[in-house]
Amino acid sequence: MKIGVVTFPGSLDDRDAARAIERAGGQAVSLWHNSDDLKEVSAVVLPGGFSYGDYLRCGAIASFAPIMQSIVIAANHGFPVLGICNGFQILCESHLLPGALTRNHELHFLCRDQKLRIENNNSVWTSGFKSNQEILIPLKNGEGSYQCDDAVLATLEGENRVIARYIGEDPNGSRNLIAGISNERGNVVGLMPHPEHAIESLTGPSDDGLTFFTSILHSLVGR
Amino acid sequence: MMKLDTVEIATNSPEQKQPYNELGLKDDEYARIKEILGRRPTSSELAMYSVMWSEHCSYKSSKIHLKQFGEKAVKSDALLVGIGENAGVVDIGQGYAVTFKIESHNHPSFIEPYQGAATGVGGIVRDILTMGARPIAVMDPLRFGLADAPDTRRVLPGVVAGIGGYGNCLGLPNIGGEIVFDETYAGNPLVNALCVGVMKHSDIKLAKAAGAGNLVVLYGAKTGGDGIGGVSVLASETFGSAGPAKRPSVQVGDPFAEKVLIECSLEIFAEDLVVGIQDLGGAGLSCATSELASAGTGGMQVYLERVPLRDDSLTPEEILMSESQERMCAIVEPTKINRFLAICKKWDVSATVIGEVTDGDRLRITWNNELIVEVPPRTVAHEGPVYNRPIQKPDYQDRIVSEKVSVPLPTDLDEIRSAILKLISSPNIADKSWVTSQYDKYVQGNTVLAQPEDSGLLRIDEVTHLGVAVSTDANARWSYLDPYEGAKLALAESCRNIATTGAKPLAVTNCLNFGSPEDAGVMWQFSETVRGLADACLELGLPITGGNVSFYNQTGAVAILPTPIIGVLGVIQDVRARTPMGFTKAGMDIYLLGREEFTLTGSEWAYLHNQRGGAAPRADLNHEARLVEVLLAGQELFNSAHDLSMGGLAASIVEAILKNGVGASIELSSTSEALFSETPGRVLVAIDPKNADALAKLSNSKTINCKKIGVTGGSELNINNAIKISIADLSKSHTEVFPKLFGNSERANRISA
Amino acid sequence: MAKIIVEVMLKDEILDPQGQAVSAAMVRLGFNFVTGVRQGKRFEISTASTPTSDQVKEIEKAAETLLANTVIENFTVRVEG
Repeated sequence: MKIGVVTFPGSLDDRDAARAIERAGGQAVSLWHNSDDLKEVSAVVLPGGFSYGDYLRCGAIASFAPIMQSIVIAANHGFPVLGICNGFQILCESHLLPGALTRNHELHFLCRDQKLRIENNNSVWTSGFKSNQEILIPLKNGEGSYQCDDAVLATLEGENRVIARYIGEDPNGSRNLIAGISNERGNVVGLMPHPEHAIESLTGPSDDGLTFFTSILHSLVGR
Repeated sequence: MMKLDTVEIATNSPEQKQPYNELGLKDDEYARIKEILGRRPTSSELAMYSVMWSEHCSYKSSKIHLKQFGEKAVKSDALLVGIGENAGVVDIGQGYAVTFKIESHNHPSFIEPYQGAATGVGGIVRDILTMGARPIAVMDPLRFGLADAPDTRRVLPGVVAGIGGYGNCLGLPNIGGEIVFDETYAGNPLVNALCVGVMKHSDIKLAKAAGAGNLVVLYGAKTGGDGIGGVSVLASETFGSAGPAKRPSVQVGDPFAEKVLIECSLEIFAEDLVVGIQDLGGAGLSCATSELASAGTGGMQVYLERVPLRDDSLTPEEILMSESQERMCAIVEPTKINRFLAICKKWDVSATVIGEVTDGDRLRITWNNELIVEVPPRTVAHEGPVYNRPIQKPDYQDRIVSEKVSVPLPTDLDEIRSAILKLISSPNIADKSWVTSQYDKYVQGNTVLAQPEDSGLLRIDEVTHLGVAVSTDANARWSYLDPYEGAKLALAESCRNIATTGAKPLAVTNCLNFGSPEDAGVMWQFSETVRGLADACLELGLPITGGNVSFYNQTGAVAILPTPIIGVLGVIQDVRARTPMGFTKAGMDIYLLGREEFTLTGSEWAYLHNQRGGAAPRADLNHEARLVEVLLAGQELFNSAHDLSMGGLAASIVEAILKNGVGASIELSSTSEALFSETPGRVLVAIDPKNADALAKLSNSKTINCKKIGVTGGSELNINNAIKISIADLSKSHTEVFPKLFGNSERANRISA
Repeated sequence: MAKIIVEVMLKDEILDPQGQAVSAAMVRLGFNFVTGVRQGKRFEISTASTPTSDQVKEIEKAAETLLANTVIENFTVRVEG
């Protein structure tokens, strides 16, 4: 099963995401920002990093890349997309997901092991988790504070679209401790913490992150 | 109007006065340039010589001492590329080569902490890239003035944000480093940056311009007026009093440009498109062109007007001196240039052919067809002045060494308890997560151990599990008392830190931070340090792969403590077998490996009582080597292993407890002495009780003292069943210090905004 | 109500990576006539009434010590409304 990983100039975790896909049993296919070719992949991961330096707003310039035009069209037809960290920011700037990620409330970059609760295990990216499963994966960002207006927040909560929530002290000031959300259809998921850095306990705090990648592969095979 | 100073004009106006003093050249140095050229230099040549013959670029005060690193060195098969190239390269087996190097960016980080530290990371990463390697990690040994000093609250948060801001954006895990405070670093913070890179043997690249007809390509960022404040004296002369805009002495980094430059360069290397390569750092194009040319046959022609500029008002002299960041210079065969340029275009990296390699032995630089530089490149790059500066042991040296350390040691239980809490909340010992959590340690997915572990450990091969460990260490207090022993002790500590994680020490790099070389006392500290390091490397059988010297870390007459930062690279065959620093579970026996001696000289406890004097401990490298052997041979026995250094047993056991929240009960006689002594060459290990005999046998065979002091478990540090400190209390004292000191620094927020 | 506006810009000679990235993106998106962008910060400081010249001087001091990093940035201060 082929899953694409987009490399933007400034992407950092693209090789880690590809490794996670391969570890989960899939085939990782590298996609280039400046091409609109999705190379027949069945799903896409937008990796972490600082696309185009993230100089205007995080993810803002990337959302105009040719590859994103193809991804937006496909995603609106149900194509699975997982945006991690910068990928989440790009999904918000592309309006595939509501809200925005703003500067951490402590105002500096924060890298730490973070406990999360999987709030929704119905999405194609989280189906392998148990209901309300607690996981430990790295969080690392400077602008990870999830913000949206009250109406959007009510919709997200009401439609069970909060995918994962931080446990314990709020690491970055996100509303309702939101760590990840999905679109209405559930095929597009944005997640601030990094599951691709937790695929084996040797190099990560756990191997909990691998389940995101096995989930999508199972979901795709099941189709 | 600009008056261009050409070779022709220079030849015809030998009497013209030139501002060489203002550019930092001495009378005799200027005379030597005239002798080399047989005429006065043009202003462009003067700019090149002045910057390349500066202390920073020419090592003119240190060269004569650094020779020992080569002369005394053991012959090592592991060393693929030695001192003299951008960075040394070490064979770690399985066809992999690893390169690592430390550089200082001290002074820029004092002026503008964020940008100074950021561009320091950028520079060392390009050095590693230039060898053909993919950079895989960074670490940063830092020194600041007193933690509660107002200026430290300006400098530290800015430096930390700059290191994180740049390194995180490059996708390089930050896996180690140190932070130490001392009043002598006020006004002279030390910001040293280390980078590690990996490549296959066949991919090693050298800074060499060979083959007449090959093209000189400048690629990366455009050239601006960065870091050329000093050369404005030339500009003002050629421009008249009106002058151009003030040139910034601060360089601003663009980590995104560097990230793209890294990926672009690695793609170029993978297709074998370059003959030689050099990054542009200090002294910019002056350095890159003269070094590339002198490593080849010497001939090179550069058309300077082709250099893409960010600021059109730059003069040729300024273009040659500009230290704009994120630039590289490559030598490319004409048949490969189209492919080279195509890869640059793919990454949106600007690339310009600015010249070619020529027959002959002159570096010629023209500006719109006018010849402005014609020099033998070796005289610029390598044949600068060499000084044998006066060396004299400082007057105070014998006095401070003869001082008797007299520090009150706690006696009753309450006093000992408070003393432990006081020690672990001293800024030098306290938890540094406030700093390290601003660095990405996970990116690239190969970080097996990172700070606060004894060394950073990286997986190199996902199939064979081969890995490397890197550690940096210095004990400036011991170096102050005895720079010779201090250097040896720093190397020993760094090796020990490598071995505690289970890796075998393989090679050494260094960054030697000192005061002014014009002070005979500082030169004595420096020469003793170099002698000590060279002797220690010889004794331990480790090659020195390169290094960096930073002088003039001095305010008025007050120099910093001599601070030789020693970096050691180790190799581990299977990273899965690494040993962590923290206690992992209850029921393990705790042992102390190493001598039971009482040393308070230079200790944190003495420092907390304002005592700097005394005789530094002597390094016993034979003992250190045997200890390393025990650590490596016993790797399978150890559940955890943690070096004892600053703060002694008290600091080490608290760190081992707090890492995973596993308590310990220990039995100590002469409790205070045992807790606060900083005798070198000791390691705290935890083993399964069933392995007790194996450990005893092993340590006996290497004649390393091995003593059981307690067991792991519980939720407190329990000493002699009399002093009990809960993990919660230990944690509070240890972790609240940095957030309190630096957590709400408005300036830090502003600068990183 | 009045406002004191402080605008902080990088000095002309200082590299502005943010501005460069935005400029490149604008050209990519078809705003071909754009030749450069520099990005700065604007602070709107509210006061109860029109500030006195001494107060403006105070704000200039604040701008110099806090809002701007005068090693690499320039600033302007003006009163609005």
